Amino acid sequence: MALRDITLGQYFPGDTPIHRLDPRTKILLVVLFITAVLLAKTAAAYLFLLAVLAVVVFLSKVGMKALIRGMRPVLMIVTITGLLNLFYTPGEGEPLVQVWIFRIYMEGIFATIFMVLRIALLISCTFLLTYTTSPILLTDGLEKLLGPLKRLKVPVHELAMMMSIALRFIPNLIEETDKIMSAQKARGADFDTGGLMDKAKALVPLLVPLFISAFRRADELAVAMECRCYHGGEGRTRLRQLRFQPADWLALCLGLLLCIGSWALSIR
Amino acid sequence: MEPIIQTKGLCHIYSAGTPFQQTALDHVDFAAYPGECLGIIGRTGSGKSTLIQHLNGLLKPTAGQVLLEGKDIWSSKAQTRATRFFVGLVFQYPEYQLFEETVYQDIAFGPKNMGLDENEIDRRVRQAAAFVGLEEAVLNVSPFELSGGQKRRVAIAGVIAMEPKVLVLDEPTAGLDPEGVAQILSNIQDYRTANGAAVILVSHSMEEVARMADRLVVIHNGRIPLSGTPKEVFAHGETLISMGLGVPQITRVFTRLRAMGADVDPSVYTIPQAKAALLAALAAGKGEP
Repeated sequence: MALRDITLGQYFPGDTPIHRLDPRTKILLVVLFITAVLLAKTAAAYLFLLAVLAVVVFLSKVGMKALIRGMRPVLMIVTITGLLNLFYTPGEGEPLVQVWIFRIYMEGIFATIFMVLRIALLISCTFLLTYTTSPILLTDGLEKLLGPLKRLKVPVHELAMMMSIALRFIPNLIEETDKIMSAQKARGADFDTGGLMDKAKALVPLLVPLFISAFRRADELAVAMECRCYHGGEGRTRLRQLRFQPADWLALCLGLLLCIGSWALSIR
Repeated sequence: MEPIIQTKGLCHIYSAGTPFQQTALDHVDFAAYPGECLGIIGRTGSGKSTLIQHLNGLLKPTAGQVLLEGKDIWSSKAQTRATRFFVGLVFQYPEYQLFEETVYQDIAFGPKNMGLDENEIDRRVRQAAAFVGLEEAVLNVSPFELSGGQKRRVAIAGVIAMEPKVLVLDEPTAGLDPEGVAQILSNIQDYRTANGAAVILVSHSMEEVARMADRLVVIHNGRIPLSGTPKEVFAHGETLISMGLGVPQITRVFTRLRAMGADVDPSVYTIPQAKAALLAALAAGKGEP
């Protein structure tokens, strides 16, 4: 079943140096890495970033396979951007290939490679974050990082709570979908063949029970939260206090160096 | 007699090649015969749900075969689809699969997918509803207005309406009150005798399988360590307990009675048997103190 293989936002439990970093550090590192990727303009800079990513992937023991599988949903976008870049980048000198109105220049090929690499790097680094950080820690980290915005009356705690609940229930929803799909298939429902209309119609037996159970679950969760006297973030203490360790400071310094390195390597 | 459905060396591995890889079934050989009621017992996570999803082709075996009347259900696409209707599968908590506007339409979903004509669908819907004890008036009500037990019966009727030759039920009585349990179990028996279908009942209630099943299969860690008649299987009380299962309460009572020196048959597993055994023991032991 393909549904089981969705890795979007899935957490791979582990005990590696990457897993042990403070979630705030990891979120900041992702921001730094994205900055570095956007600063990179030369092949050398991209190679440098790829090497860094490879080291982190190795340290996290997530495995290339899982990372590539996570990339599958965005493959379409990457392909289209890649093709657009390939055909629409004007260049100096003679085109390499010319078919009808399409011309491919050397610059186009480079632009395409860079664009695909850039998207791949951006996605991999965010995936590494969710692969190595449990959803609870992740939202805790976000809440702490965004804490100062509370002064501006931004409902940071509520947003973080909503996010953690949403993340928490993704696996349940997937499991539920899988179950209902199986049950309807057992009654002869066919989700795979037929035209677009048939496929859309075939979704009714899946979506109706799914929505009903999602609403029921939300209702039960709300009652359970009220039973435990949940009343928002005011005065709430935490079981797990986030504390920066020496490793976190080191990681952040390395992240800064990464940005500087990427920038330096891009100076022509 | 030829088995109606059987598995040969069936293996299933979930999420192969990821850190979550898990062997759910490990070379399972299993067979069910026409007209029998086969009980499958095993604790949560033993692989019983995985096994039954192979029987109608919802899961594809990692290795091994599933044979329906001797034919591999994966031999062709048509064969796999035909298997869906030949082997009716009722999932755990089937009431969560209801979706139509009326009970009638919901029960008709399976037969419609089979491509039957209107008259045949109508006959089957009414017959299936009768089997599970739903009144005519209920047919035009929205399934979401019914009580939990009634919803469960509608869902079971939805599978029975396909008139499968093998009816597989995964914990059909979970979460029902005792009266609901008795009703559903007798509905299932009615269907079996009326259609000569094989019934495969998954449960972890020993009392339930003891009452219903002609034969038992115990599944543990993806293997079948024990199978046979209830009498044979419940004779291995110690083994069952070590697997996190047990024996029916009445069997425990009789084992204890025997340990206390009473001359009774220890392989009793239902209340009527217990009554007969006790009366026999009392009649035989009249003279003793």
